[in-house]
This record gives sequence, structure tokens and C-alpha cells, in this order.
Amino acid sequence: MALIGDLLIQGTQMTVVLAVAPLVTGVVRKLKARLYRKRGASVLQPYRDLARLFRKEAVVAEGASWLFRAAPYLIFAATWVAAALVPTFATGLLFSWSADLIAITALLGSARFFLALAGMDVGTPFGGLGSSREMMISSLAEPAMIMLVFSLALVAGSTQLSTVAGVMLQGVGLRVSLALALIGLMIVAVAENARIPVDNPSTHLELTMVHEAMVLEYSGRHLALIELSAQLKLTLYISLIACVFVPWGLAPAGAGLTHMPLGLLAYFGKLAVGATLLALFEVSLAKMRVFRVPDFLGAALMLGLLGTLLLFVSRGL
Amino acid sequence: MADGATAAAAALGSTPTGPLSGLLFLIVAFAAIALAAPRLARRPGGSALVYGASFIAATLGLLSALAGLVCAPETLVLPLGLPWIGAHFRLDALSALFALVVNLGGAAASLYAIGYGRHEHAPERVLPFFPAFLGAMNLVLVAADAYSFLFGWELMSLASWALVIAHDKSAENLKAGFVYIVMATFGTLMLMLAFALLAGPSGAYAFADMERAPHGALVTALVLGLALVGAGSKAGLVPLHVWLPLAHPAAPSHVSALMSGVMTKVAIYGFIRIVFELAGPPDWWWGIPVLAAGGITATLGVLQAMLQADMKRVLAFSTIENIGIIFVGLGLALAFKGNGLEAAGALALTAGLFHVLNHALFKNLLFFGAGAVLNATGERSLEQLGGLIHRMPTTAAVMLVGAAAISALPPLNGFASEWLTFQAILLSPELAPWGLKLLVPAVGALLALAAALAAACFVRLYGIAFLGRPRTGAAAEAREVDRWSRGTMIGLATLCVLAGILPGPVIDALQQVVSPLMGARMPVQGDVAWLSIIPVGESRSSYNGLLVFVFILISAGLAAVLIHRFASRALRRAPAWDCGFPLNDPRTQYSASSFAQPIRRVFASGLFRAREDVTMPPPGDLSPARIRLSGDDPAWRLIYAPLTTMVDALSARANVLPHLTIRQYLGIVFSALILLLLVLAIWP
Repeated sequence: MALIGDLLIQGTQMTVVLAVAPLVTGVVRKLKARLYRKRGASVLQPYRDLARLFRKEAVVAEGASWLFRAAPYLIFAATWVAAALVPTFATGLLFSWSADLIAITALLGSARFFLALAGMDVGTPFGGLGSSREMMISSLAEPAMIMLVFSLALVAGSTQLSTVAGVMLQGVGLRVSLALALIGLMIVAVAENARIPVDNPSTHLELTMVHEAMVLEYSGRHLALIELSAQLKLTLYISLIACVFVPWGLAPAGAGLTHMPLGLLAYFGKLAVGATLLALFEVSLAKMRVFRVPDFLGAALMLGLLGTLLLFVSRGL
Repeated sequence: MADGATAAAAALGSTPTGPLSGLLFLIVAFAAIALAAPRLARRPGGSALVYGASFIAATLGLLSALAGLVCAPETLVLPLGLPWIGAHFRLDALSALFALVVNLGGAAASLYAIGYGRHEHAPERVLPFFPAFLGAMNLVLVAADAYSFLFGWELMSLASWALVIAHDKSAENLKAGFVYIVMATFGTLMLMLAFALLAGPSGAYAFADMERAPHGALVTALVLGLALVGAGSKAGLVPLHVWLPLAHPAAPSHVSALMSGVMTKVAIYGFIRIVFELAGPPDWWWGIPVLAAGGITATLGVLQAMLQADMKRVLAFSTIENIGIIFVGLGLALAFKGNGLEAAGALALTAGLFHVLNHALFKNLLFFGAGAVLNATGERSLEQLGGLIHRMPTTAAVMLVGAAAISALPPLNGFASEWLTFQAILLSPELAPWGLKLLVPAVGALLALAAALAAACFVRLYGIAFLGRPRTGAAAEAREVDRWSRGTMIGLATLCVLAGILPGPVIDALQQVVSPLMGARMPVQGDVAWLSIIPVGESRSSYNGLLVFVFILISAGLAAVLIHRFASRALRRAPAWDCGFPLNDPRTQYSASSFAQPIRRVFASGLFRAREDVTMPPPGDLSPARIRLSGDDPAWRLIYAPLTTMVDALSARANVLPHLTIRQYLGIVFSALILLLLVLAIWP
């Protein structure tokens, strides 16, 4: 019975993140448009876009190899698996032990590896430009993320996200290291999701784009999968920050099915708050020059390192 | 000769019936192949014969090593070498593990070379030294006294040196050979001093005696330093790495694979043997220099790999990075053991040894792939390649596995060992000394940086060489390599995947090595449900490569099936979009140096003095704009350049010595004598 319950939670979790991901993006876009005093498209527009792209025929460049066609599926799969392992509404995920926070970070790294390769496959200058810059950004964002994971793991005594959330739920008090980790994690989340000020998700100016340049050659179902992966990744990061820093409302492990509606409600609330904050953050900043990004991400790396150092010095900080 | 060995052993009263005698027999076999090789080299098919024989010998060595991993340690003394010591041989789990790495690498390289070696234009310069190199590495691993160890070590250096300068036509290779032999000699000298200190004034050169004898704190500190410098120079620790990126790529590709994937591991074996075993229990601070060297080596190695255009040099620098990662694991193990945390030390040592195995697998694979590309195109420079995925599908597929594995991507093997290293770092707040408390997080950050940069480096290598459009005619005309080479690469790629999705059995096997060295072992992973690995405790951390692998396959497959079934499966080929201005010239693609440009600017402008000089023609002038990249290795600038200047100055001063009068010579001899007598009188 417990197994069925866990399986149910895991299954719901996988479906919920997939189903809600385009909505999160839609809400962010809508809010941004309203803040710019535009009307903006409906929050459901990302679903329509995805449905349209999935139905269209895929146009593949003549020089593209099998990697170009396989990559979207791999990117989607790695991102989805990672997203399915972050507790959203309940901590008792059946498979949460199969990958800890370090492995989740690395899974996103796998997705990026294939995305960057796919960008270089057709052999156009823009693809190479996007891949090159993406790898530069990730070469700072990933170590920053690992150091932040270290901070969290040292506070909670575990890299297991379910356990971390459980510890946070019991309350660990206000900690300097956690404050540093929160700021750092937000910076990393902005960079990893190609948002302003690191990258502009809605740009049409070729030289300012990173993520969009990599996927320039994609169309149809391949593009839909990549867009969906990007949306999943955004949801993943908001869920991650929510489950670690505002774990309230998470159904604890073995709490039974009655806690689930409450957990789901709390989760949707957190997503809405996260999306609003992101929209506010994005409209209040301008995009940086590419070579300012290392300073921005270097700050996250230093915050993570500082947090970890503090925890090495004293477990109470 | 094997009979002689048996007879001698019987005379000494020991019974050489186990895997040790298998390995000793193998060394003799390698020597025999090496001696027969010059004659065979001239015959048609002779090279296949030599490599085939080497393959069989190495496979037997592999089996002996596997047996040695489970059997009890064996010892054997033969009346060879120095008469008052004899030649001691011992096969314990540590030797067996490294013998496994050496012979696995050796078997793979031999099999690969059956096909690859056909293209060798001077086989007589390669064939004799290849089996000698393999035999020498095995000799180092089974040696149990300082003399045999150093004999094997020097033989290994000399055989590989001969292979480095096998293609002696280019000045670059000759320079590589020169730098290599100088550094190798220096390393051997350091090890010799370390052994001399351990043996003490009584001259107890057998390892068993060294281990039993008590050593003072000063002696063991010196031994640690000498072992770090001596073994580190062979392994490629910064700043002793300068020979490695010159020498490894200069050799034929299957030898490059052996040097990078296997010989550096023999150096690590030497370090472990001396520091973890012979020098006795570690002090609390021993981890500090090892950790610092490892962290710096990992980051600097991969940064320089990122800046290279030569494919084999990229791989050589990436070897330096991986050696750094291994040394971080070893340093953590020393730190834990020196502070009484044996269980955590077992985790750290397991992580390091697991990475030894993994690096041997994927670095061999990657060098074989680079060799295949070199054979198919005649090019080593990334700037001349491109689009090989269309022309060499098998090589491209296995190289993708290798590139993903070395970039520490789950679910492959590089990630499993890196994950274990991170878990060991997370245990280190338990360490009491302040130096370690401050150093370990910094090393963790360096390691994370190195992992991320490695991914960037291998996206660049793979993306430029195998993806995109061919940049030259040679790349456009490339042909897939022969069956032997492809088979070997597929085998290694399979092993990379297997070690990644089933890390539990590997960790359990490594405990045979870890528990005698650390006095503790990791929890048994074989009992954990679903083949997960749980290094410390279930609530602390766990990872399941198999499940992650299966999940990714299922999700990707499910997505593909659903989309093709219910959405659209139509596909049309069209010219590339490229924002509406597709440029036909393949030179408009991103090149290797343009791909590295952002990282060069961010990381390398200070340390490596990387500069970009752009010369723009004046308006109206139609000549092309030019960009010139420059940069250097800080080790050369800060250490070796002053050193060579100093040596030059000293030798210029010493130039007067051959031209003295007989009286002055006698005066020098006399004062030297007085000085030595004084020293002797003052010596306590």
C-alpha cells in the first residue's frame, strides 16, 4: 500500500511538473507584458505554441547528423528526469534516492552538453556562437551551483533533496550560510534559465542571444521539445528554491494521500510567487554584455564558497 | 627463462603458483616479444604478429591481475639484481588493481594497434619498445624492493622515451623527447632519494623492511615531499607537468593512450605505495600539500586543454586535469587518515582509485579515437577537421561516449567517481585542523570548476572535430577506420557505460585495496536494493546510475514514440536557416580558437597571459584583418625559464674548470678532501 502511495506521488509529480511548466512560462510572459503596460498573450499561449510546433513538420538542415535529431529527445529526457526528482508538493518521492542534488545538477549538465553539441552540428556561425557562450556561462554557473549544493548539504547533513526538504521543514533557524545560498541560487537560476540579465529569452537580435542562437536551426517537434525542456528547467529551479527555502506545505514522507491537495495548492502558490518575482526582476534590469556575465556569476560562486567555508568553520553558522 | 625463475623460486622454498608467477611470466614474455620484434618488424604482417602476441600476453596479465585482486598477497624472492638484496616481488591487492589497469590498457592498445599499426611507416622504431614498455610497467607493479622498482621505473621511462621520439623527423618531437628524458631522470632521482631515506643507514631496501622500520617525523615529511615530486612529475602534477603535453601527443596514438591512460597510473601507484604504505601512518598535515597540488593541477590542466588546437594535446592536458582529480581523492584520504577518520578516508581513497580506473578507460578510448581521426585525415589540428560524424559514424559514436564520460556526465563512469569525491569533501568538516578546514572547500570549488570546464573542453573538441561541416578536403574525404580499431573502441565505450551504471560492484571490488591501506572500508554496496550506491548512510546520499540511465531511456523513448504516433513524423531536409544568411564557406563556422575565446578571456587573460592582437587594415585597404593569439604556460615562465637561465649561467661559470693548471686541480682536490673530513667530524 505504501509502495502504491509512493508510486502515485512519483507519477503525479512527473505529470504535474510537465503539465505546469508551460503555464509558468506563460505567467511570467504575461506578467512581464503587463508590467511593460502591454496587454500580452494569454497565459495559455505556450501550450498553443507547443501544440502547433508538435504538429508541424520538422525542417532539418541538409548537413545535420543523427545527433541533431536525437539531441532534443535526450535533452528533454534528462531535464524531465531531473525535474521529476525535485520534491514539489510531497517529499516522499519513490525514486528520490536514485539521484541526489549533485546528480540532478549533473543531469542538467548532460542536457546542456547535448544542447551545445546540437548547436554546433549544422555548422553555422550562430550555432557555434551560442554553444561557445553557453559553455562559458555554464563553466561558472555549474561550480557555483555545486558550491551552493555543498552549503545546503552541510546544513541539512544530506545531499538527498527529500531529506534536505524534510530537515528544512523541521526548521533550522536563520543561518548566514542559507541566506548566502539563497542569493547565490537565484543568480544561478537566472543564468541557467537564460533570463535577463544574462540572456534574453525573447530577443530577436542575433548577437545578443545565447540559448536562442544554439537552437536557431530547430523547428517543428524538435523545437517544441527544446522549448518544453527550457520551460521544465525553469519550473525545476523555482521548485528547487521553493522546496529548500520555503518548504511549508510540502506533504512529509508517508503522510498519506490526504495531504496531497494541500501540498499541491501550496506548490501552485509558490510557483505563482516565483514567477512574479522573476518577472519583476527581469523588467527592472537590462541585459548585460556577455563579458559582464562572469562577474555576475563569479559573485554566485563566491557566495557558495563563502557559505561552504562558514559551514566548515562552524556547523551553526 | 621462465623455467629458470621457477627453479630459482623452488630453490628459495616459496611456491610461485598463483597470479604473481603469472605476472612474472608475462614480464618475461613481453621481454621475449620485444627481443623478437626487430626481426619481425621487417616482415610483412610482422607488426600484427607483435601486437597480437602483446594482446595475448596482456590479456593473460589481466586475468592474473583479476585473480590477484581476490587472492591473498603473494611474495617471491629471486636471486636477481643486487646480490645482497635479491629481487623481491609481491602481488597484493594494490598491485593487482594497477596491474589490471595496465594490462587492460595494454590489451586494448595492442588490439587497436593490430589495425592501426599497419599505417606505421617506421615499424622497427616502435615495435620493440611497445612490449618492453608494457613489461616494464608490470615490473614496477610487482617489484617489492627499491632496486627492482627503480629498475622497472627507469625501463618504463626509457621505453616510452624511445616511443616518443619514434618519429624523430620533426624538431618538435625531438624537443619533446629531450624535455621528457630530463624530467623523467629528475623524477627517478627524487624517488631514489625517497627510498634511500626510507631504507635508512642499514640499507634495508626491501619494501617489507621499510614498512616495518620506524621513521622519524622529519624523514617521513621529506619522503612525502620527494614522492610527491618524483611520482608527481611522472603523473603530470603542476608545475612538473611541462613534459607531458609535449611527449604524450608525440608518440604514435596507441602509445599516447598508454602513456596518458596507463603510465600516469603507474606513477600514482608509486605514490600510493610509498606514502600510504612505506612511510607509515600519516601526520595530520600530509593531506595539505597533496590536496593543494591536486586542486591546482585539475583546474590549470583543463584550462590549458581548452586553449589547445591540437586534438592530442587537448587530451594530454585533460590527462593532467584528471590526475589532479585523483590526487584530490588521495589527499583527502591522507587528511582523513591522519586525523583518525579512517572510514571517511576509505571513501576518499575509493573515489580516487575509481577515477584511476575510469580515466584509464575513457582516456584510452579518446586517444584511440584521436588516432583514428589522425589516420583517416592525417590531421591532428581541430581547425582542419569537422563533419566527421558523417564520414566516421562508429568512431564518432564512441568518441561521444568518451567525451560525455570524461565530462563527468551522469549516467557514465566519470560522474560516478566524481560524485564519490564530492561526497568525501562533504564529510571533511569533521576534520579538526584549521588548515584543512579552509583548504578543502577551496579544493572542492576548484574541482567543480574543473568539471564544468572539462565539459566545455569536450564540447569544443567533439563539436569542432566531429560536427559541423568539414573544414578541409582531408576531413571531407575521411574514411572510417579498420575493424580492429573500431572493435577496441566499442569495447572501451561499453566498459565506460557499464562502470557508470553499475558503480556498486566496482566499489566493492576496490575495497580489497582500500581496507589494508586505510584500516577501514566503505559499506558493502552489493546488498543495497536496486544496485544503488550509498557511500555513507541512506539518509545522507545515494545515487543509482542504472535507474538514471533507464529513466532517461524510457523518457526519451516515450517522448519519441508519442510524438511520432500522435503529433507529427514529417521531416523535410532544407538548406540551413542561419538567420536567413546561410554562408556556404565552411570557414565561416566557429573554429576551435573562436569557441575557446570567451573562456580564454574570462580565465586565461591573467594566468596564461592570453592576448588577442587584432590588426585591422586601414579603410580602403582590401587585405584581410588578422587576429593573433598568444599565451604561455606560467610554469615555463615562472619556474623553468629562470631555472634554465640559472643552469646556463652556472655552466658558463664552470667553463673555466677544464682549463686550470695542475696545481689548481690539486688544490681543489685537497680542499674537497678537507671539507669532507670536516663534515664527517662535525656529523653527530
